[in-house]
Amino acid sequence: MSDLTKLTLTDAVKGLKAKEFSSREITQAHLDVIEKANPALNAFTEVTSEHALGMADAADTKLAKGEGGLLAGAPLGVKELFCTKGVRTTACSDILSNFVPTYESTVTQNLWNEDAVMLGKLNMDQFAMGSSNETSCFGNVINPWRREGEDTQLAPGGSSGGSAASVAADLCLAATASDTGGSIRQPAAFTGTVGIKPTYGRASRYGMVAFASSLDQAGPITKSVEDAALMLEIMCSADEKDSTSLKIETPKWTDSLSNGVKGMKIGIPKEYRVDGMSDEIEGLWQQGIEWLKAAGAEIVDVSLPHTKYALPAYYIVAPAEASSNLARYDGMRYGVRQEGDSLDDVYSTTRAEGFGDEVKRRLMIGAYVLSAGYYDAYYLKAQKVRQRILMDFEEAYKECDALLTPTCPSAAFGLGEKSADPVEMYLNDIFTVTANLAGLPAMSLPVSLDKQGLPLSLQVIGKALDEDTCFRVSKVIEDAAEFDAKASNWWS
Amino acid sequence: MGLEVHAQITSNSKLFSGSSTHFGADPNSNVSLVDTALPGMLPVINEHCVEQAVRTGLGLNAKINLFSRFDRKNYFYPDLPQGYQISQFQYPIVGEGEIEVELEDGPTITVGIERLHMEQDAGKSIHDLDPNATYVDLNRSGVALMEIVSKPDIRSPKEASAYVKKLRSIVVALGTCNGVMAEGNLRADVNVSVCKVGGYDKFRETGDFSHLGTRCEIKNVNSFRFIEQAAEFEARRQVNLIEDGGVVDQETRLFDAETGVTRSMRSKEDAHDYRYFPDPDLLPLKLTQEYVDNIKANLPELPDQKKERFVSEYGLKAYDAGVLAAEADKAAFFEEVAKGRDAKMAANWVTQELFGYLNKFDLELADSPVSSKQLGGLIDLIANKTISGKIAKDVFQKLIEEDDADPAVIVERDGLKQVTDTGAIEKVVDEIMAANPDQVEQVKAQFAEGHKKPKALGWFVGQAMKASGGKANPQAVNEILKQKLGI
Amino acid sequence: MSVTPDDVRKVARLSRIKISDERVEPMAQELNGILNWIEQLNEVDVEGVEPMTSVVEMSLPMRKDEITDGNRSDEVLANAPNSADGFFVVPKVVE
Repeated sequence: MSDLTKLTLTDAVKGLKAKEFSSREITQAHLDVIEKANPALNAFTEVTSEHALGMADAADTKLAKGEGGLLAGAPLGVKELFCTKGVRTTACSDILSNFVPTYESTVTQNLWNEDAVMLGKLNMDQFAMGSSNETSCFGNVINPWRREGEDTQLAPGGSSGGSAASVAADLCLAATASDTGGSIRQPAAFTGTVGIKPTYGRASRYGMVAFASSLDQAGPITKSVEDAALMLEIMCSADEKDSTSLKIETPKWTDSLSNGVKGMKIGIPKEYRVDGMSDEIEGLWQQGIEWLKAAGAEIVDVSLPHTKYALPAYYIVAPAEASSNLARYDGMRYGVRQEGDSLDDVYSTTRAEGFGDEVKRRLMIGAYVLSAGYYDAYYLKAQKVRQRILMDFEEAYKECDALLTPTCPSAAFGLGEKSADPVEMYLNDIFTVTANLAGLPAMSLPVSLDKQGLPLSLQVIGKALDEDTCFRVSKVIEDAAEFDAKASNWWS
Repeated sequence: MGLEVHAQITSNSKLFSGSSTHFGADPNSNVSLVDTALPGMLPVINEHCVEQAVRTGLGLNAKINLFSRFDRKNYFYPDLPQGYQISQFQYPIVGEGEIEVELEDGPTITVGIERLHMEQDAGKSIHDLDPNATYVDLNRSGVALMEIVSKPDIRSPKEASAYVKKLRSIVVALGTCNGVMAEGNLRADVNVSVCKVGGYDKFRETGDFSHLGTRCEIKNVNSFRFIEQAAEFEARRQVNLIEDGGVVDQETRLFDAETGVTRSMRSKEDAHDYRYFPDPDLLPLKLTQEYVDNIKANLPELPDQKKERFVSEYGLKAYDAGVLAAEADKAAFFEEVAKGRDAKMAANWVTQELFGYLNKFDLELADSPVSSKQLGGLIDLIANKTISGKIAKDVFQKLIEEDDADPAVIVERDGLKQVTDTGAIEKVVDEIMAANPDQVEQVKAQFAEGHKKPKALGWFVGQAMKASGGKANPQAVNEILKQKLGI
Repeated sequence: MSVTPDDVRKVARLSRIKISDERVEPMAQELNGILNWIEQLNEVDVEGVEPMTSVVEMSLPMRKDEITDGNRSDEVLANAPNSADGFFVVPKVVE
């Protein structure tokens, strides 16, 4: 029975439709694996077994009648950032540790509308602020992968560490995630999974706990490129409840992802060749180029001159928006309120106790860069630099259809290895953050293992609204790479 | 002085959520998850509120900005659920304009409008339900407001209240705000500063605010009377302070209607860094000129236009026309009364008698005991000489006292008809002349001396009117007297 | 620009985050570390560049003026730390 957890989402959905197994069976199989693995991996913050089996039975009833949606009966995990009706949603922060939404996020509702099954909620960096999943109030997620011959605990990446680890360890068929500066792609890269962040505005932000409104986008973490296309086309929708949601139809990417790259021009941005990048990453990138050439694509060198300014700009824009977005967590209407001897004391104690250190650090940076006298020098400047970065991309896309880069400068690092210096941790997002700043779709997929046996990934960045090209390029690489390595199952 | 007037935009639902704006509902019942600022909730703008703001801008003869934007004003307060107010800080939807304001004692001043922008109202904090806690009701939270900022063109408490009255008459005529101040739907932040003689003129010349002195802002004053009182008190306070060698601190103050004084608001002292930035949950608001022109083409008649029409169409005096045109209901009432009648007489009766009565008893026109139809009927009786103007005032009193009475019926019932029967009048005049031969001689003598209108004649008219119980037609009395006295 | 301990106190106050005296100095250093790194933005020429608003050209979507929500005070108050008689109950506000 445990074989069912090894299926891709696409194959599982086919099997369910063909009645090769029931949703209850595949759901129970996942619940069993979670029970064994979660104490070691800490990927799930809450497993909603009963809820899951209820949804599974409902899906089975439909499937028996030959009905059911595109994900009928498929068990999925949901990042703690998505509000789920009647199921605690905390953003992995103490300040929301008792919060139970009475509403459902649009993204998750879209999944349930297709009769998917929710296994539970997935761990993440607190309020999605982090690159190692070390800031969660539920504790670290442990990467299922280990360096060969070592038992050092590695970070799964962040902020969607729980989503990435659970998909990598077959605890769910696929998971929802979110990406503000690389929070889908970097953990996907650290765990040998596939992740895509769509064009800003494709996925509704309604019911998703906001970190930085102008950067946040939902997307999936999956086991294959095809699964990612399937998940994403269901997660995305035009939503009247989100003013930044694009009022356009979501394409059917699953239909076109195998169309190949013949005649496409793929840009290689020279600025992504950073100092100190390992030969392995360099080699992997070259390998990707060769595969695409072999498939009929033309490779062109392009330049994105403002790349190095992306992270500093990000660390102004994101904290600034966060400092305002997180003002609502004040213990007045919901969440955990601390006692105090005056209103102000209640506010400042509630927020000091409720938020973790990294969140507090970013809220304070955000308030600082927006405060009187600094707005022009920081926030306005950063938004202009952001425009420059977008213009770089627009210039590059005159020469090519998509860009190929590494996803991260390194493979997964050890827990605690980078938490001493915030800036060193931030530098992890150097290749991913540009797509957020420019609002572009970007996808990460695993390609090979490094010398230590850890997965390494490439990233495909597309033009705005051109996820299609991301999928097609990724599919060619996926087919060529034949990456099928799994973390050794040390946890059960 | 400069005023910031907050006017609640008339709309069914809130600026960024679909909950009702209805006043007086149970606590937290007109509240959506968006208004509560629950995690993941997002604003979506109400198109009608945008239209209302544009309409108001046009009514203020102001520039409509085709590009405007919503910013966040960040501060913590229990009735501000998001921890920020969404407000058009940097790029308001309406720019500069100006309005004419008629003062009660005659002159008209021009008050410049600096800007008009849309923003969210906050919820309501109730401090007196529990000695140790504050209760919060979010029904108002997120209701659309227009903040209308004047230029510092206002120089006295009277001008301030006249300005707000005029503003109110415009927004009510436009249907963009119901103007009900008692419910807080129109309220003013009054900025007061005092300066040395000549300082204001220097400011006008140079545009340099330093000539105006430090200003204090009195928050949320919600009646015309309070605006005057608050401004009066505050100006005096500042003058006294300066004369005693003190310095005015720029601060926010509250007006206490009970005692008529303003006092400093402690809680806002340190909250002046609002960290404004564009709301990333919303996009810039871009309008087309066509959209604006379309609204402009469909504007209702505004008080100033109505006033002009009343002057040209009905021949009213500017002041009366202004009073009648200021409020849509009053103007409509007047026009109903004036229709097919002597408009000046109608204007007199409406402004003098009816408004005089309503003001005396602090009544609204809607509560008037006399309808336009009744008043019109009364004027008809004067016009066709059934009753005199004097008797008409008595009939008016009866209309007030009795329910739904017909003035013609009252006149008939109480025998108030004017006597125009010359025979009856002649009889009365004969009797008076017979009883007062000295007076007869006096009139004749005065006439002979060359007085075209002998003084004593008035005495005879008075006697005749008195004898007829006021019902005699004064003109007829005059004619007959002259004839009998041979003058 | 360098963040002073006073700046830290001010920003903590604006953010309503209580900070102990012994944390002020280290926090100033942390913020300086980050802000110094951010300073490199000064190298970028942004002359004539408009600040970014949105990546995909679209107009602000508007909704009709209809009452579509409300009358759900149970839900509104469901997660309240303290409520009474339909109100949120919060610490005493002194004006």
